Amino acid sequence: MKFHDKQAGKMTLKLMTCAVAGASAMGLASLAQAQQTLNIVSWGGAYTMSQQKAYHEPWMEQTGDEIINIDRSGNALAGLRAQSQAGNVTWDLVDMLPADAMIACAEGLIEPLDHDELLADAPDGTPPSEDFVDGALGECFVASIVYSNIVAFNTEMFPEDNQPSTIADVFDLEQFPGKRTLLRKPINNLEWALVADGVAPEDVYDVLETEEGIQRAFAKLDTIKDHVIWWEEGAQPPQLLADKEVAFGSAYNGRIFDAMVSEDQPFEIIWDAQVFELDGWVVPVGKLDKVKDYLYFATDTQRLADQAQYISYGPARYSSSDMVSVHAETGIDMMPHMPTFPPNFATAIQKDDEFWADYNDELTQRFDAWLAQ
Amino acid sequence: MSESPASPLTTADGVPLKVSLRRAVRRSKIKAFLLVSPLLLFLGIAFVMPIIEMLWRSVDNPEVTTHLSRTVAALEGWDEESLPGEPVFAALVEDLREGQAARNLGLLSSRLNYEKSGMRSAINRTARQLRTIEPPYREALIELNDTWGELDTWKLIQRESTPYTLTYYLAAVDRQLTPTGEIVQVPDHLKVHVSLFWRTFWMSAAITGLTLLLGYPIAFLLASLPLRHSNLLMILVLLPFWTSLLVRTTTWIAILQSQGVLNDVLVALGVIADEARWQMIHNKTGTIVAMTHILLPFMILPLYSVMKTIPPSYMRAARSLGGKPFLSFRRVYFPLTIPGIAAGGILVFILSIGYYITPALVGGQSGRFITNYIAYHMQTSLNWGLAAAIASILLFVVIVFYMVFNRLIGVDKVKLG
Repeated sequence: MKFHDKQAGKMTLKLMTCAVAGASAMGLASLAQAQQTLNIVSWGGAYTMSQQKAYHEPWMEQTGDEIINIDRSGNALAGLRAQSQAGNVTWDLVDMLPADAMIACAEGLIEPLDHDELLADAPDGTPPSEDFVDGALGECFVASIVYSNIVAFNTEMFPEDNQPSTIADVFDLEQFPGKRTLLRKPINNLEWALVADGVAPEDVYDVLETEEGIQRAFAKLDTIKDHVIWWEEGAQPPQLLADKEVAFGSAYNGRIFDAMVSEDQPFEIIWDAQVFELDGWVVPVGKLDKVKDYLYFATDTQRLADQAQYISYGPARYSSSDMVSVHAETGIDMMPHMPTFPPNFATAIQKDDEFWADYNDELTQRFDAWLAQ
Repeated sequence: MSESPASPLTTADGVPLKVSLRRAVRRSKIKAFLLVSPLLLFLGIAFVMPIIEMLWRSVDNPEVTTHLSRTVAALEGWDEESLPGEPVFAALVEDLREGQAARNLGLLSSRLNYEKSGMRSAINRTARQLRTIEPPYREALIELNDTWGELDTWKLIQRESTPYTLTYYLAAVDRQLTPTGEIVQVPDHLKVHVSLFWRTFWMSAAITGLTLLLGYPIAFLLASLPLRHSNLLMILVLLPFWTSLLVRTTTWIAILQSQGVLNDVLVALGVIADEARWQMIHNKTGTIVAMTHILLPFMILPLYSVMKTIPPSYMRAARSLGGKPFLSFRRVYFPLTIPGIAAGGILVFILSIGYYITPALVGGQSGRFITNYIAYHMQTSLNWGLAAAIASILLFVVIVFYMVFNRLIGVDKVKLG
């Protein structure tokens, strides 16, 4: 008797769960007509947070869509390739570097974009092709921000009357002792080594295209090699600086800014010879219809200006730059923290995507061999 | 006494016993096969096929033949001593035009860029500017990009126009083909893989040795203590074994880093000065310490299972026959534990050469393994052919070790606990 009771109880429970699941599935299915789930790939950390606040949340509120953040931009190209080879692309929109976008575009992994048709005009009616900064609109790419690779230092590690200020100081072990942390890639490091060795920022890539130039850069890096901890994840340099494991750290400027304002870290950025580049959206093949409206929304003037309230990356639209104001939480003025702020920008180097597209494989191998010596 | 020819034995329903037996055996064989078939299918799909795919990818070379088919055809019979003629250039223009329209030149340009830096932009830039050029194409292309005027470019295209290639394997062992097809070493400043292979092997051997050194006494203690105590000890071995790999690795970072626990203690005790903290992590030491700890249970468990089967009376017998403790250990106990040592050794060694997260996190530059390079080529450089070649070499090494082990000790000796 008891056994039967139990069985019966189990059965009803099962039936009930089935019924509930069925009903909710039907409910979801009918909702899906109007609302959808967007899988958006980005970098994570403070940057994804700024996207979440500036455009994901307003969009979800407006449409009822659900946006899922996937932190895979570091390896987005490999991910796109693998998904496309498997014939099942699950990403709807991807945040990517323009150099990767060039390769993905040439491989036919992402959609070519007609910018003037797809994107919003500036408030004064300027078409997108004239409102975005130079190089922001690629064949398959639309930039949303300008970010920068900089070197920051912990102000407590140096006496007040002897604080570093130029990229050459990073290579000056006598006056500025301590460990450095640098990205474990040739990119940025070779540029900085040359600038520290006396090459003018605008000539860096011309010099790097020659064998002597490469040797010169490596020779300069040799002088600090024993004092470098190499980092690979964007979160590492702020951490190492905060722990005082290192005195200097190369980093993305937004991460350092975030640590300065949200965690009150005593960091300062050396803007000298900052290597700036763009970052923005690409659409995997076949997903354009699904993300069209969202892309229009997320790249308009207001949204890009909003994003600059949360992170110190410059908007890729001229019309948004004029609207950059204060930090949303602390109220500090954002302008002086932007890579594009004129005093910061004086000696800036624009990362040469074509140079790195050609030489990255070889220079990375050379860099690794150099590290292993 | 008349012996009638023996009528075959039959079962109750008249079927000859032999036939009946055969049927029964066949039926049970089919049943057994059906029972294991899901596993076989799973192994085939999840294990064998990926390995075949990997081996195939390490020699597969479709890019040039597919995307430059006309150029390759036109290059046939080329003397390799002077620049090819106008028909080859015209074919190249047609190939690039088609590739540009279909947007599939990316793989081709990446492929050629592995062999010759600069090919990526040469191809992509040329393809973008095709609209502006007119015959004769030879002059026009060379005008557009110097690369097309170099003999080596054409030798490269000719060389890579085979459906299979050895270049990935050559690159994996720091060799390369010259444009004329000779195998030479890459320049010193580009050599990375061979030294990484050796480092992976010797560090794995060192880790195996350390786990043996630390694990042997523990396993002995486990096997000789009464069950009540050994169970407690066993839990202490197994708990870290069950803890997430990532947690254990990051814990070592917290302990060993220069502002970490161990350095703090040493400074507080006055053993080292505050400015002279030891660098114990983000180098070889970090990898060896963390991996020895992580792999220790894989040594202890097989050792324990072997030691457990050795009757204590053997040692007593040896002692009573006059053997000193060390001698009886060396002549009696130790030889009996060799299967355990070998089983633990091969487990730890093979696991260790495949480790990748731990060396990546705590290895810094000097403590990274070749596996970190496989990940790099899979995820960052996207040179999947090279990643497959390196992985195939590792697979080959593992198979060789396994076969040597099987010949010397026998695989049936491997058991965990």
